[in-house]
Amino acid sequence: MTLQRLARPLTLVLLSAVVLYPLVWMLGSSFKSQEEVLNNMAILPNVWTPGNYAAGWSNFDVSFGRFFVNSAVVAGLTVVANCVSCLLAAYAFARLKFKLRGFWFAIMIGTLLLPGHVLIVPQFVMFKTFGWVGGDWPYAPLIVPQLLATEAFFVFLMVQFMRGVPRELDEAAIIDGCTPFGVFRHVILPLSRPALVSTAIFSFIWTWNDFFRQLVYLSDLEKYTAPVALTLFIDSSGQSSVGPMFAMSVLSLAPVFLFFVAFQRLLVEGINTSGLKG
Amino acid sequence: MATTTARPSSTRPPAGPAAAQRRGRPAKHRTDGIAGYLFLSPWLLGLLTITAVPMLMSLYLSFTNYDVLSDWESMEWVGLDNYRTMFTEDPSFWHAVQTTLMFALVATPLKLAAALGVAMLLNRPFSGAGLFRGLFYLPSLLGGSVALAIVWVNMFNRDGAFNSFLGWFGIEGKAWVNDPDFALGTLILLAVWQFGAPMVIFLAGLKQVPVELYEAASVDGASPWRKFFNITLPMLSPVIFFNLVLETINGFQGFTSAFVLSNGTGGPVDSTLMYTLHLYIKGWNEYQMGYASAMAWVFLLFIGLVTAVVFRTGRFWVHYSDGED
Repeated sequence: MTLQRLARPLTLVLLSAVVLYPLVWMLGSSFKSQEEVLNNMAILPNVWTPGNYAAGWSNFDVSFGRFFVNSAVVAGLTVVANCVSCLLAAYAFARLKFKLRGFWFAIMIGTLLLPGHVLIVPQFVMFKTFGWVGGDWPYAPLIVPQLLATEAFFVFLMVQFMRGVPRELDEAAIIDGCTPFGVFRHVILPLSRPALVSTAIFSFIWTWNDFFRQLVYLSDLEKYTAPVALTLFIDSSGQSSVGPMFAMSVLSLAPVFLFFVAFQRLLVEGINTSGLKG
Repeated sequence: MATTTARPSSTRPPAGPAAAQRRGRPAKHRTDGIAGYLFLSPWLLGLLTITAVPMLMSLYLSFTNYDVLSDWESMEWVGLDNYRTMFTEDPSFWHAVQTTLMFALVATPLKLAAALGVAMLLNRPFSGAGLFRGLFYLPSLLGGSVALAIVWVNMFNRDGAFNSFLGWFGIEGKAWVNDPDFALGTLILLAVWQFGAPMVIFLAGLKQVPVELYEAASVDGASPWRKFFNITLPMLSPVIFFNLVLETINGFQGFTSAFVLSNGTGGPVDSTLMYTLHLYIKGWNEYQMGYASAMAWVFLLFIGLVTAVVFRTGRFWVHYSDGED
């Protein structure tokens, strides 16, 4: 009987070890000396040394700090763009009555399942024709689509959230003389804060991790974001760069990890609200 | 778009309760119509310029030899040549199809099985449940990044942590990531490692299963297995279905880890040449945008077809209980 009662916690602890192993190993390896990183596969270093961080930071002609700033700019602007544009669209879908609403809503749900890779070729061609690819500020193709609420997932998340806001509040506001804009401003906007926070966090994490689109649009080293820059380590496959590569990998995962620590509950629940049921 | 648009409207679980709400609503302001379109305008503009027009454009490009580098005048209409080349003269295309199918069809069921198994372990209140839930969810947030793919590849390299683990049992490993027979396997493991997101959704689903069902089954003397197959699985089938659609589509789109493992080549010997990676190579390394467009359309039709098949078969095993709230 005791064995049966211990089985579950034991399994969970073992499983946690397996799940956490790669992360701890990465952290440990980033603090190993150059010699240790190649020969000592133990999870933790014998001697802890921060040298890889300094080496990785200045491994390329452009400081890694620059790549992080670029990533932060792209992610930050994406967060703002998604929050504003998706909230507007969601309000229309969730609360306003207009012709063809059901039709547009079905289309929106359809774009949820539309793989982004299908559109990347023509979008690239289009943005290139506009002269937005390359140049001094090559981030427009990464941000403009978000300004136009193309991230259907967040529209859907907010629609689901708003459907949970009692309609009586809208109706009371309308009786008090509010226009649809007033209802948006005074009822929906303040009450949608939790959905906005979820959108902001997920936008940030996904953009921070995004690779394909950034790889396609960024070609100038100085404009690289952190994920694109990290792939340069793979190119320079020399053994000396393994330690620095780990160090920069750790740094690039740090913001996501901190978000996770700070908003763990919210993230897990965000998945639920958007996943099923309102 | 038709193929992917038509179906999802029957992803009913989310829309269901809201529809009921809509019915009992009083008539609204007339200004709503104008306001509706005003609020919707950014989205509509995006739909038109970022989605619809590029889709039509890529359909057109797929019949040309457009290369992005030279100007539009040098573009020629080549009819079905791109499609013909793809199916008959590009062996790498078929390698990519094979790799992608293999990846999605192995990784998705494994990932969902892990997700469901762990969700069932966690679906009972005990101190620390929340901690474990968060911990298992963490890889879903980190796993898609370049950084983690780099770590993963190193873990399965000759001198990696995985081989030192095998060493405890006296097994001599190899450079798994450089072996055409195993490289894709390491990527599948990376995908399975991210079982946390579907797990969280399963957990929410499990909480909805009425406890009375299990109690009644216990009274009747049902074994735990029996309860699993006759209560848990059927009651959970809408959630399983939802996860299956989502994860299958995700699986087909795997790119980052394959790019990192093969340094953008799809090697060793095309064994990690995911479809999207092949598309990237054709478009951005070889500047064959026409060909890449054709690949994108075949991909879209394929995903539409798979989604349709999943929805069609779902009818036979997805069980929607009437009492759902």
